[in-house]
Amino acid sequence: MDLRRYPGFRAMTLLCLVILYTPLIVITVYSFNASTSITTWGGFSWRWYADVFTGPEAPRFRAAAWNSLTIALIAATTATLIATAAAVAMVRGGRFRGKSATFTLINLPLMVPEIVIAVATLIFFSMIGLTTGYLTILIAHITFCIPFAYLPIAARLQGIEATYEQAARDLYATRAQAFRLILLPLMMPGVISGYLLAFIISLDDFIITNFVKGAGMETLPTAIFGSVKQGIKPNIMAISTMMLAVSVLLVTLSYFVNRAGQKTRA
Amino acid sequence: MNVSVDIRQVVKRYGTVTALHGVSMAIGENEFFTLLGPSGCGKTTLLRCIAGFEDVSGGEIRLHGQNIAALEPNHRPVNTVFQQYALFPHMTVRDNVAFGLKMKGMGLAERNARAGKMLEMVHLSAFADRLPAQLSGGQQQRVALARALAPEPKVLLLDEPLSALDLKLRQAMRVELKQLQETTGITFIFVTHDQEEALTMSDRIAVMSQGHVQQIGTARDIYEAPVNRFVADFIGETNLLPVTVESVAQGVAAVTLPGGHRITCAAAGMAPGPHHVSIRPERLSIVPTGGDLDVVVERVVYLGSDLQLLTRLDSGAALHLRMQNSARGQVPAPGTRIGLQLEEGAARLLAD
Amino acid sequence: MAGFAPKTGAEGTGYTRIVGPLLLPTWAMIGIFLVLPVALMAVYSFLTKEFRGGVIWDFTTAAYDQFFVTRGLFGDEPAAIEWTYIGIFWRSIWQAGVATLVCLIVGFPTAWFIATRPPASRQLWLFLITIPYWVNLLIRTVSLKFLIRDNGPLNESLMGLGLIDGPLPLVNTNLAVQLGLFYSYLPFMVLPIYAAVERYNFALSEAAADLYASRWVTLREIVLPVVRPGIIAGCILVFVPSLGAFLAPDLLGGAKTFMIGSLIEEQFKGSQGNWPFGAACAMILMTLVMIVLIAYARQQSRAEGG
Repeated sequence: MDLRRYPGFRAMTLLCLVILYTPLIVITVYSFNASTSITTWGGFSWRWYADVFTGPEAPRFRAAAWNSLTIALIAATTATLIATAAAVAMVRGGRFRGKSATFTLINLPLMVPEIVIAVATLIFFSMIGLTTGYLTILIAHITFCIPFAYLPIAARLQGIEATYEQAARDLYATRAQAFRLILLPLMMPGVISGYLLAFIISLDDFIITNFVKGAGMETLPTAIFGSVKQGIKPNIMAISTMMLAVSVLLVTLSYFVNRAGQKTRA
Repeated sequence: MNVSVDIRQVVKRYGTVTALHGVSMAIGENEFFTLLGPSGCGKTTLLRCIAGFEDVSGGEIRLHGQNIAALEPNHRPVNTVFQQYALFPHMTVRDNVAFGLKMKGMGLAERNARAGKMLEMVHLSAFADRLPAQLSGGQQQRVALARALAPEPKVLLLDEPLSALDLKLRQAMRVELKQLQETTGITFIFVTHDQEEALTMSDRIAVMSQGHVQQIGTARDIYEAPVNRFVADFIGETNLLPVTVESVAQGVAAVTLPGGHRITCAAAGMAPGPHHVSIRPERLSIVPTGGDLDVVVERVVYLGSDLQLLTRLDSGAALHLRMQNSARGQVPAPGTRIGLQLEEGAARLLAD
Repeated sequence: MAGFAPKTGAEGTGYTRIVGPLLLPTWAMIGIFLVLPVALMAVYSFLTKEFRGGVIWDFTTAAYDQFFVTRGLFGDEPAAIEWTYIGIFWRSIWQAGVATLVCLIVGFPTAWFIATRPPASRQLWLFLITIPYWVNLLIRTVSLKFLIRDNGPLNESLMGLGLIDGPLPLVNTNLAVQLGLFYSYLPFMVLPIYAAVERYNFALSEAAADLYASRWVTLREIVLPVVRPGIIAGCILVFVPSLGAFLAPDLLGGAKTFMIGSLIEEQFKGSQGNWPFGAACAMILMTLVMIVLIAYARQQSRAEGG
């Protein structure tokens, strides 16, 4: 008798996967629907993808995509740099005053509900008189991306014994050399994971962006949300499918980077 | 003896816990010196203080007269062989061995040549381009040695380097290590909790317990002349018997054993009164009559080449002895009463 | 006495001396752009509303008064408890609770099943479960809405199979919102339970079976208590974001399924907005969440202490 097996658990897992994937598969399939009516299937076609790039809404989507992409790139890069420094201090800094407070601070963006962060950030920007727009979105994104970048980096760092760096220091490396030649290469899979997570999270965000974006400024999620309010149109399904593909690609990349990282671990 | 490492009153505290209570020792040039003790005794902490991985809370560590206690690890001419080797997993074996040379500013061709020589010395030339994960435990151990020796340190620190190896390999590495130390002439400071390792390799041993040095001496010194109960008990097997010192004159004590028999022991500055003696089990022999101790045999344990006899004194104290397992010898049956004779000088009177 | 000398101590890597500079950017970013704004939001909730969405710097408890107290349509009746907003909060708690429960019922067997796979395929299963989480939440919600619309693929195919005569009215119901929340946060339930089950020592189950416990008794008496921290963590990770969710209730629900997120969002939209009232609602939501998190932290530290 295998005590790990419970009847029905496999079925439940499969059900779980069906629930998770059906909507995504359905929208992907229907994004290739040639018919203008979203309810009936009119054969396979790329027309809605063409529409996204050349149709009447194309300029709006292009601007939104550009904003989303550049904000995600800058926010993820900045957040990863900040989080890497923080992870080194938290994992390698020994005991210091305010350590647990700092830990809480880093995780605060995960604990405070998104809508509350959105409200608070909007109030803050309006109070200091900063016009909402690209810059305010960027600042907000960097802030809430920090814990997402931090967690995989710190987790990786915790798995790297300090003896590697001690060995390097013992062999006449300065602190900077030990970081560059030993610690950084060893923690790289964590840094890449953290970067990708921060990137996806930034790309994903709707609520906070919606609050601090200001008039006329759009990212892809806010543009899609605006369109969807008037009903789900086929070109939205095409955009959604493309974003879905990007997310899946990035997560798969992150998965393989991590697996490769596990192999080089001694 | 030319002193290489002079440790003076080193104290190490972690918050309220004190790991080293003012430890002092002088380690000579070309010496194979071992720090021996149970886990938590402070031996590894002391080694890490010498390497520079721990800041001392007090005291001095002098290397050829210069106090190095405040130097960063990369400014100390000492190298370490780590317990789990700490080979850089993302670098080849050659790059690992050449790392210290690179950090010291040696050119690529020169350091690779030297790394090649070091690998030759540890018989691993064929593995230079492999990653550490592709080597066996014993091979990794030898790479760690080559890496630490490559920059020609004045002192090599070894933190239980054999503990991750299996028994056969461990025994072979003992010999190799000792030979390496003799050919290089570098001072080795070796940390272990394994007394057999310590006894077979070391020129001198410092026995440590609870952050204090208990005794420093050669293997023979600490085995045959332990200064206190901890050392006697920790090194080898022994019987600790409570005795009464009746009188002390000219360094010789008159001692009453349990059971009333009297013997004499060497005694340095001990007052009359209750004390303990240490008697090694192999230095007791069975005699038909007139022994120093009367015991009842409780159990005979078969150990292959030896037999171990577990016996009990009338006072209730346990006493064990060893006898060779020879066909000629008569083995007393459990329950029989036998007399035991102490060899000359077998009873060692302990300070505490 | 053993073990107080840390073998992989931080000393010797040299970072103990530069902890401050390394952490400064983190403190600055989160301190200035999250902690300070939340503090200002607290202040804002006590200011007076201006028309067209601004505030006047007159301190008042009007926002909280509006939330909890009613004085009739013209403000001349005796004060009574205002149930409208408490009702919205209560509905949010209820919806989040149902979503959490459903996530647990589906998520526990899933987590268990994955954690008991051989290590090689385990990674793949886990990967399959986590992928949807990384897909844009808005896109997932839109996809779900598309699927369950009155004339969407789900109803069409059910009718095509002759299982139902007319479309099931799913959109704009509580059920749709619960489904949306469940769909949004299911991976949050699976992951911590998976982590707990993976650490579970199956010798305990064998010991229980050896002592005559059936499979299901073992699950109830041994497994569940041991992996409870993972279950609680999963429930919190689903409940907390569900409580303040905006997209699922907004896109899948209707006026009858109004939740906290939408209530707050409305206060900051255009000229009908009421910033102090929105700030007060956000404060109340945050207080609720903090109560849950603090209770969780206390329970955690008690569990570790005992």
